[in-house]
Amino acid sequence: MSRLAVPKTYKLYIGGAFPRSESGRTYEVLAADGSFLANAALASRKDARDAVVAARAAVSGWSGATAYNRGQVLYRIAELLEGRRAQFVAEIEETEGVTRAAASAQVDEAIDRWVWYAGWADKFAQVAGNANPVAGPYFNISVPEPTGVVAIVVPQDSSLLGFVSAVAPALVAGNSVVAVASERFPLSAISLAEVLATSDVPKGVVNVLTGSPAEIAPWLASHADVNALDLVGAGALDWVSLEIDAADTLKRVLRPESGPDAAAPALGRIAAFTETKTVWHTKSLR
Amino acid sequence: MSFLDYAPAPESRAILSLRDSYGLFIDGEFVDGRGEPFQTISPATEERIAMIANANAADVDAAVAAARRAYDRTWSKMSGRDRGKYLFRIARLVQERARELAVAESLDNGKPIKESRDVDVPLVAAWFFYYAGWADKLDHAGLGANPRSLGVAAQVIPWNFPLLMLAWKIAPALAAGNTVVLKPAETTPLTALIFAEILQQAELPAGVVNIITGAGDTGAALVGHEGVDKVAFTGSTGVGRAIAKQVAGTDKKVTLELGGKAANIVFDDAPIDQAIEGIVNGIFFNQGHVCCAGSRLLVQENIHDEVVDRLKSRLSTLRLGDPLDKNTDIGAINSREQLERIRALSDIGVAEGAERWTAPCDIPENGFWYAPTIFTGVQTSSRIAREEIFGPVLSVLTFRTPAEAIAKANNTPYGLSAGIWTDKGSRILAVADQLRAGVIWANTFNRFDPASPFGGYKESGYGREGGRHGLGAYLSPAPIGQSSASRGALGAASTAAIEADAPAPAKRSRVAKPARTAKTTTKGSKR
Repeated sequence: MSRLAVPKTYKLYIGGAFPRSESGRTYEVLAADGSFLANAALASRKDARDAVVAARAAVSGWSGATAYNRGQVLYRIAELLEGRRAQFVAEIEETEGVTRAAASAQVDEAIDRWVWYAGWADKFAQVAGNANPVAGPYFNISVPEPTGVVAIVVPQDSSLLGFVSAVAPALVAGNSVVAVASERFPLSAISLAEVLATSDVPKGVVNVLTGSPAEIAPWLASHADVNALDLVGAGALDWVSLEIDAADTLKRVLRPESGPDAAAPALGRIAAFTETKTVWHTKSLR
Repeated sequence: MSFLDYAPAPESRAILSLRDSYGLFIDGEFVDGRGEPFQTISPATEERIAMIANANAADVDAAVAAARRAYDRTWSKMSGRDRGKYLFRIARLVQERARELAVAESLDNGKPIKESRDVDVPLVAAWFFYYAGWADKLDHAGLGANPRSLGVAAQVIPWNFPLLMLAWKIAPALAAGNTVVLKPAETTPLTALIFAEILQQAELPAGVVNIITGAGDTGAALVGHEGVDKVAFTGSTGVGRAIAKQVAGTDKKVTLELGGKAANIVFDDAPIDQAIEGIVNGIFFNQGHVCCAGSRLLVQENIHDEVVDRLKSRLSTLRLGDPLDKNTDIGAINSREQLERIRALSDIGVAEGAERWTAPCDIPENGFWYAPTIFTGVQTSSRIAREEIFGPVLSVLTFRTPAEAIAKANNTPYGLSAGIWTDKGSRILAVADQLRAGVIWANTFNRFDPASPFGGYKESGYGREGGRHGLGAYLSPAPIGQSSASRGALGAASTAAIEADAPAPAKRSRVAKPARTAKTTTKGSKR
């Protein structure tokens, strides 16, 4: 006798909790064949603002953690994801309508990217910073520091890999993130949030909004407490207006990318959300 | 007669051989501008120095076209070694003509000759010398092997360090292989035009550097020009914001060095003699016309009275007057407009309840002057604690604990610089970690060096100038598949991601832009 399945309610992920949208709205997520999969939360302006508040509150703890610690926390995400491979493969197969092999490849790649970026956490500053030989009796050193709160419109044509590729590099240096998931494929992002919630990632470091990027992104682009805006997955939106909105508070902006290599692993993605701080100190025997 | 009364010791103007009028420097030649010429005056006397050409949109077109030709035909094809040699030549010519440049700078800008002679011009030479050596070593700039120049750089600079800002912009741009169209500030074009003569002496190929003079509309036309690949701007946050909007939706890379409201934090164990000198240097250097000026003094409460008394006594010895006099400490305010802004904000300080103290000094009859001023009893909410005054005006606030000092220092949308004064090394490093600012000076202030990256957090802009980081702002990583093993982009914030030694990459493409597509379709030979 076949067993009746227990379907999951997909909600938002804000400040380490899984609330429904405060607006009470949901939208239907359909499988590739058009059949009903789930009602995902349709996030509102208020949800976006709540997510920014949670992200801001998380900045000092996450950026203040040692780089070694951040590396271990990011690596642990890969460990947990590995243990839940089957769940993600099945979810991707269903939502994207791809073969098991393709879904497996996507999950493998996502796990490997967490591992790659985890390894950068305690090395990036060595590569991006340096001592400066100034002409005078001064100790002078430049180091990269996290920018703060990064809002990301993740790649829209991928369930898991696009999300990981955009979110992981922003976390390496100690930023916290508000990510707008793929509108069509939002389920893996929320399942990943469950991984994050049960890993060692502090609450608020990653916040996930599902719904309409066209509706949510303008509120994030114009939010004065957001420091940087990654438009990697915003190519189909009016992203020029988003970049213009972001200029009001001089946010750091990454422009859209497309194709299979959107948000490909790169040191530049870590660097884009850091600020170089240069400290001078006098030298003296007295 | 007090010990402070010295005989006048003016630097001679005879070293200058100025023309009555200057044209635009386009494609290696001085040409007439098509806009209405304007005069540049000495802010110390209000006398005309020379007439200056005014570039209109057609002139901007011509300058950008010249830069593009020079990029395509000459500069992008030249070896890094030869580009470096041109930059070394320029550095040497600046040193040879250093006194002339210093006199011209003080005349046109109003800053004391001892600053233009001992700070501005030596740093200009140092900047070219430093970046000259980078030109054939770009593989080590931090972007992987074979990084690419960007093309034509549009550079708009302010009036506070006219020639130094020119060097900060031109030296890394040329070292990286870009060509340049630079617009000096309307009130301080003189040294840029003498610099153009130096480029002729250096036999720099025509069109590699073009210098066009004019006002804000000339700058806007240059920044918005579709033939430009890179925009570098130093100036106010307001204009920087407008530029960020103007370039949105284009492929232009941007670096912005904008305003500041730096906190200079003095703990009660600070080396007090050095701290007093550092506070004075921090806010009264260059009449306070410094984006990274230490305009907010945060002093620990128990030493507030002592520090303020000693500051007043020190400021009473500063000599205000003729910028060309070698004994002058405080020169002229650069323009009437700036003087009025300083006056207006100071009056607001009084109206908001702060106590104003002004150093006793004679103000010359002509020209624009503002005596060194201290405000005490300043509230964090006061406009003189929040807004950039860009003049010789210091706002004094107090704190009790390090945590309070950090909170107050960071309580600003700006984040360019900060100072820390204490004898305790561990406290310096801990406080420096917590300050959200791009340059931190510990037991010193307002130090600059071509090897040291400079630039802001938050609304003080993005990108760095100086050092290896400053070079990266004029480069992009090699296209995928054309770089070697060591990769990684450490450039400005607006770079697109590049590939790395990581899983996956193959080919990438930018999404076609909605709306503004037309703007970027006619770039022809770009990249």
